[in-house]
Amino acid sequence: MYKVKVYITLRESVLDPQGSAVQSSLHALTYNEVQEVRIGKYMELTLAKNEKDVELRVKEMCEKLLANTVIEDYRYEIEEVVPS
Amino acid sequence: MRFACIVFPGSNCDVDMYHAIRDELGEEVEYVWHTETNLDSYDGILLPGGFSYGDYLRCGAIARFSNVMEAVKKAAQEGKPVLGVCNGFQVLLEAGLLPGAMRRNTNLKFICRPVTLIVENNETMFTTGYDPKQEITIPVAHGEGNYYCDEETLKKLEANKQIVFKYKNNPNGSIIDIAGITNEQGNVLGMMPHPERAVDELLGSKDGLLLFKSILRNWREAHVLTS
Repeated sequence: MYKVKVYITLRESVLDPQGSAVQSSLHALTYNEVQEVRIGKYMELTLAKNEKDVELRVKEMCEKLLANTVIEDYRYEIEEVVPS
Repeated sequence: MRFACIVFPGSNCDVDMYHAIRDELGEEVEYVWHTETNLDSYDGILLPGGFSYGDYLRCGAIARFSNVMEAVKKAAQEGKPVLGVCNGFQVLLEAGLLPGAMRRNTNLKFICRPVTLIVENNETMFTTGYDPKQEITIPVAHGEGNYYCDEETLKKLEANKQIVFKYKNNPNGSIIDIAGITNEQGNVLGMMPHPERAVDELLGSKDGLLLFKSILRNWREAHVLTS
């Protein structure tokens, strides 16, 4: 089994209205040291063990569906899990 | 003229679209379920607004993999008019039939009200009924209508006159006030405002009806008058 952690974030060049709103809110709470907030998505996928190509397939999933590469970047971590 | 009104699980402006075509335009229209794979018998394709697949993951991201989307792509390649409104526009973007992507509205609010649009290009098959730079009133209803594309794409859109509608007072933060764009060939139009909700004075405006009338007139000129 594999556990895959996928992180989707808006590209640096793309304005993040949610992040800006949270940043203002943190400032309102006097956390003025916060210079920027970016909000993204975190997904956990559990994959049945599928010999090879795990990385290739995860990359495909990200490109095809999980991220919209026009505005989003993605990265992932693949971890092999031994079921107990 | 025979229209297909594509229905995804979660579409909710399909009835408005159907009403606009059948009752106000007086043309044939059928609901087509997203599992359908053949649209050959239709002359025009309509992707209505709503929340296809609950907008899970991203607006339009899951709908683009529906069976019917291959047929929509084929119809687009054949030059048939394809109109995507609101969620329909988002689906067209996700499907790559139009360039760019949608972000959350800058003010993070769901906006639902009539807005003033400027007709930037009245030479498309969707807009010949309007005057150049005509101001029209069409309602918007969306939370993610903040259109984005990179600089290079924007230059292409401008050079090819693909920007069809702009907001007079940008409600959502869209890049250079874009409210609607076409593909390069000009037969696929995506727009966030809802022309199908502006087809009768009772609804507050009938400015949207001219869009459907333009499609019909241009189709007739191409298919009926010449044959």
